[in-house]
Amino acid sequence: MRVSPMMKYVQLENVGMTFSTRNGMFPALSGINLAVERGEFVSIIGHSGCGKSTLLNLVAGLLETGEGVLLCAGREISGPGPDRAMVFQNHSLLPWLTCLGNVYLAVERVFGDREGKAQLKERARAALALVHLSDAVDKHPHEISGGMKQRVGIARALSMQPKVLLLDEPFGALDALTRAHLQDELMRIVAETGSTVMMVTHDVDEAVLLSDRIVMMTNGPAATIGEIVRVELPRPRDRLKLADAPAYVEYRRQVLEFLYQKQMRPAA
Amino acid sequence: MNSPVIATAMLDVPQPSVGETPVKPAQEITIVAKAEATAGKAVIRPIAARLNPRLRPRLTPRLHGALLQMLLPLLGLAAFIGVWSLIAQASPNLPGPARTWDSAMELFSRPFYRNGPNDQGIGWNILNSLQRVGVGFGLAALTGIPLGFLIGRFKWLNDMTAPIVSLLRPVSPLAWLPIGLLVFKAANPAAIWVIFVSSIWPMIINTAVGVRQVPQDYLNVAKVLSLSEWKVFTRILFPAVLPFMLTGVRLSIGTAWLVIVAAEMLTGGVGIGFWVWDEWNNLNVEHIIIAIFVVGIVGLLLEQTLMLIARRFEYR
Repeated sequence: MRVSPMMKYVQLENVGMTFSTRNGMFPALSGINLAVERGEFVSIIGHSGCGKSTLLNLVAGLLETGEGVLLCAGREISGPGPDRAMVFQNHSLLPWLTCLGNVYLAVERVFGDREGKAQLKERARAALALVHLSDAVDKHPHEISGGMKQRVGIARALSMQPKVLLLDEPFGALDALTRAHLQDELMRIVAETGSTVMMVTHDVDEAVLLSDRIVMMTNGPAATIGEIVRVELPRPRDRLKLADAPAYVEYRRQVLEFLYQKQMRPAA
Repeated sequence: MNSPVIATAMLDVPQPSVGETPVKPAQEITIVAKAEATAGKAVIRPIAARLNPRLRPRLTPRLHGALLQMLLPLLGLAAFIGVWSLIAQASPNLPGPARTWDSAMELFSRPFYRNGPNDQGIGWNILNSLQRVGVGFGLAALTGIPLGFLIGRFKWLNDMTAPIVSLLRPVSPLAWLPIGLLVFKAANPAAIWVIFVSSIWPMIINTAVGVRQVPQDYLNVAKVLSLSEWKVFTRILFPAVLPFMLTGVRLSIGTAWLVIVAAEMLTGGVGIGFWVWDEWNNLNVEHIIIAIFVVGIVGLLLEQTLMLIARRFEYR
């Protein structure tokens, strides 16, 4: 089912990140070692402020660090690039462009030098069709719901045919029903496209339902990977059937135990 | 946001369809009542739909509100004219509304005459002033807006220019007139120079603030897509800054129009400001009052036009 597995598609070796703040140097991350396979869905979970978004931003190239090595498809990550598409928590659509325009901007960047305008438009339309938004192509972001905006964000990311799809708490700002619906959609899309995904989340159910592996981060400062759970639930996964499946409950328990016993959140 | 739709819906209600004789609401209600009593539900439905009882009562307060909204400004205007004529009666040198009105009628019957360089119609004076404002303002926009973009985008440039901007901005634009006269050695470019200086600051400052307030999310999108600097400018920076920029433009045109009258009083030539001064020398006070209204109305029109343009570019 998975396309030509490459053992270390995204590779982090001894990665650390230190921010210089007003109160001196703050080590946010240290000693991160992680290899993501091609076609794998990896979630990164941890308490707020543990640096999971920082980790994702490092892979995206939005942040740079001198500590450790970051590789994507065998090449060193130096700065952001369309091969690592990011979906932001707050959708980050440009309000003056239509849904199609927003996706087109990405498509044009990646395929603009090879393809004509009609072909690029077709690509953008296809990406919106993939997230079931064919009816909203000409709408502006303020005319559609939060869930739809996030779909456009996903369509924009997928339209670039990225090597890795990076999701930064993609459904965090949505209500529970919309979130569940979009999680199902994401599972379908990932299965259809065979995407490699790294997703930051703080929703335990989301992590267990979607992931092949769940990376659990210790609390900062100098946060690192505490444990990794391999979720071996068969796909396609059905949230209703899984709800009381013993395996699902056990994975859920493992993550919760890590978060609430081993990494008890310091009194907030 | 739905108000236009509601408005048309409500306008539709009281108008009877073609070929139908208008019926007064009271009559119609009795018809409905009778119909209900005799013929049953099947008959009342269409009449009730035409009457649309849910919308009808809302029309009256709305109409009432619209009338009130028209009435109050008119009332204010009337009060203003009343106070004006009272003051005019007390001091005989000040012409009252009636005398000013007569004089205005005469003046505007021939707006475009030319009797030599110092005696031209009011139309020419207004157009000349507008032209000066247009040129000075246009030059200010051409330099101020790009400068604002650069200052907003590069922090070092902002730090470099901040003291100059904050030092020069509060200076009355007229203080720049002697410098203009000295450099350009002519009155007309000096007046344009004053307009330029007075209208450049709001455009620089608003554009720079706009650039600085472009949400980081949008810039992150640009980074993740690694868009070219040109695409970042045309697709993200420019549309995001446009509303700020237009606010700057609107403030600028207000100031420019404010300043032109004073500048022209000092420089002379053909223009509304000089005309005011000339009429003062002729002791033609009616014309001065007319000029005040003309300046006000033209300023209002300039601002309203720009507001209209700005609204066109609102994206939320």
